[in-house]
Amino acid sequence: MKKVYGSAQDALDGVLFDGMMIASGGFGLCGIPELLIDGLVASGVKDLTVAANNAGVDDFGLGKLLATKQIRKMMSSYVGENAEFMRQYLSGELELEFNPQGTLAERMRAGGAGIPGFYTKTGVGTVIAEGKEVKTFDGQDYILERGIVADLSIVKAWKADETGNAVFRKTARNFNPPAAMCGKICIMEVEEIVPTGSLDPDTIHLPGIYVHRLIQGTHEKRIEQRTTRPRAA
Amino acid sequence: MWDRNQMAARAAKELQDGWYVNLGIGIPTLVSNYIPEGITVTLQSENGMLGMGPFPFEGEEDPDLINAGKQTITELPHTAYFDSATSFGMIRGGKIAMAILGAMEVSETGDLANWMIPGKLVKGMGGAMDLVAGVGRVVVVMDHANKHGESKVLKSCTLPLTGTGVVDLIITNLGVLEVVPGGLKLLELADGVTEAELRAATEATLV
Repeated sequence: MKKVYGSAQDALDGVLFDGMMIASGGFGLCGIPELLIDGLVASGVKDLTVAANNAGVDDFGLGKLLATKQIRKMMSSYVGENAEFMRQYLSGELELEFNPQGTLAERMRAGGAGIPGFYTKTGVGTVIAEGKEVKTFDGQDYILERGIVADLSIVKAWKADETGNAVFRKTARNFNPPAAMCGKICIMEVEEIVPTGSLDPDTIHLPGIYVHRLIQGTHEKRIEQRTTRPRAA
Repeated sequence: MWDRNQMAARAAKELQDGWYVNLGIGIPTLVSNYIPEGITVTLQSENGMLGMGPFPFEGEEDPDLINAGKQTITELPHTAYFDSATSFGMIRGGKIAMAILGAMEVSETGDLANWMIPGKLVKGMGGAMDLVAGVGRVVVVMDHANKHGESKVLKSCTLPLTGTGVVDLIITNLGVLEVVPGGLKLLELADGVTEAELRAATEATLV
């Protein structure tokens, strides 16, 4: 079965419905599925629940889907860089479920690995624990967190072969593998699709079994906080 | 009284050779400038990297290489990259020896509040809750008082918590306090600060 599609719009065709849940890779603006986010904007799909570590900035990343009010609920760990997000949240237009960052990553990983729930000590004794089962193991309290299974995953890798075996680059890997794992359907965008057989099987970060549709394109890769040091004179 | 850099330098003295360490945003980031001679520590960035290097030279920024504060950084010869689930696996699993974090409030029982002020802008806890729950030792670096001059070293925190009973050591502009049974133990005074001044600025029980 052919996984390679010609564009984000083609790849998203037939998998979208209003009210669906989407898991997205990326950390800040690093390693985000830029092309698929644009494709979602163009599709007009709405009432989305989006599980993603962050919500982008006002005019880039998931911020684009917030600007068009296509997102109903965010499941995130940190949303500090987005003024429109704050406006919608404070006015009650947007629902927000805070997840500790590691809990969010593990919820995705677990959901993709067939684990419906797990116990973690993260958040014990905090508002995150409210309403969650507490269980004591070896004298220490843990709370029950649920695995996430999303209707769709949108992720970004550096390179993939035509079967979806993927390689990420530096810290752009971040949430992409766990997000890919937790989707009933996963669409991946890459900078380069390489011929099958040209990637060393020992260096694959994410096996193609998790990737259902694949597109290649050009990425803006915007830098959120450009920090440098002076060169020695 | 210590300034930001002096607080960071004092925190750096807590590091031990061979440790894997996570530094929070703000003053904790400055700790990397003061790692003592002869001590090698590997910095973890929870977005998926061990062996965090310095900021890049201008023109060498790589959008695929950032730290947890979303700043451009560089890699080192021993750098390793991994995904977010693996990253927090090593955090929760106790593999990271120490986290040095900022705080809004700390209590005498080691409760930490550093992510949310009700009624104000809510940004989120990021990885802070996972870090304090999982790492071997938690060191807080912060000003002793808030902008209104009120003590941030309290009997119990008033703000929503990041974790309960998680802080081991508190380094402020006034001195160093250790969390011990029954309260906080004064270990060290900052330059020019008297014990009476530190006591007056501290709401928590000093033992």
